[in-house]
Amino acid sequence: MTDVSFQNPVQTDEASLGDYFALMKPRVMQLVVFTALVGLLAAPVNVHPVIAFASILFVAIGAGASGALNMWWDADIDQVMKRTAKRPIPAGKVTSEEAKILGFALSGMSVMMLALSANFLAAGLLAFTIFFYIVIYSMWLKRSTPQNIVIGGAAGAFPPVIGWVIATGSMAIEPWLMFALIFMWTPPHFWALALFMKADYHNAGVPMLTVTHGRKSTRTHILVYTVLLVALAVGTAFTAIGGPVYLATALVLNAMFLKGAYDIWRRDEAQSEVDGYKVEKSFFKLSLWYLFLHFGAILVEAFLPATWGIWS
Amino acid sequence: MSIRAEHELHQRRKGRNVGVGLMLGAFVVLVLALTFVKITSGDFEMPRIEEQQ
Repeated sequence: MTDVSFQNPVQTDEASLGDYFALMKPRVMQLVVFTALVGLLAAPVNVHPVIAFASILFVAIGAGASGALNMWWDADIDQVMKRTAKRPIPAGKVTSEEAKILGFALSGMSVMMLALSANFLAAGLLAFTIFFYIVIYSMWLKRSTPQNIVIGGAAGAFPPVIGWVIATGSMAIEPWLMFALIFMWTPPHFWALALFMKADYHNAGVPMLTVTHGRKSTRTHILVYTVLLVALAVGTAFTAIGGPVYLATALVLNAMFLKGAYDIWRRDEAQSEVDGYKVEKSFFKLSLWYLFLHFGAILVEAFLPATWGIWS
Repeated sequence: MSIRAEHELHQRRKGRNVGVGLMLGAFVVLVLALTFVKITSGDFEMPRIEEQQ
């Protein structure tokens, strides 16, 4: 580009660095960094801080790359949905071609660098996660089945497994418990969002459960998945990554979460319309704390010696 | 005659260039630190040339 653009008002839409950063879905990256870090620190192997920092950074970049590729592929959907209309591509700040190039370049770079900083198994898992999120979820499931969020949720569940493998270089059962926790948490979290985003998914032609099976059925699905999640989350307290702190945290959070899901199930659309989906919105907000605090408790347990009862 | 007027676009472009420069610099430092940690850790061994011959 030359200084001729100085006279062209259209060029003032040129993207800033922040717009490219927004392509990488920073909020999702926060969750990825946190859960991967917990996986790494919960592992029974000490990692040099520089290697740990670099490896988690490359996992975050890999997650950001998937975010950019997702925005490239879903640009048409993002344009229609209110929630996503301000993303850099629909807002006209970044072209979808730029997002695609950035996504592919950062994917390759993050996988290669993770192989060098940690090990090939961790790098392979990161590559598979990016593949799963883009090809299996974004390209295939998202537009074809109401189970999109159920199966696609696996992509978001891999980071603690990657974190564990960064530290140990091998597989174990413990990181898969963390995987299961995120995997089971994802559907109620997104279905609550789909309830109060109303017609967004319908307008975009995305077959979310609210669109294909109706809103009453979505409320029932939230309750059923929450019951399964509660059993898993509380049961995890009695495994190697659990402990008394985790159990206390899980009991409180799961009681609150179960009550939220029950309240959602009990309501109908008319009631929700009256108070502006207050219950659904607070359940969604609670779900964010739910995951953060469960992983926070796993992290605390990793630094505490297990000394009493079934945890000794 | 060259254009000297500073436009908002130029500021944004400058911000982007400085940002990319800083990120590249940080990446170089990170790779340097990683290399240092790897070669000073206990399990790192230099290949023995005399054994290969």
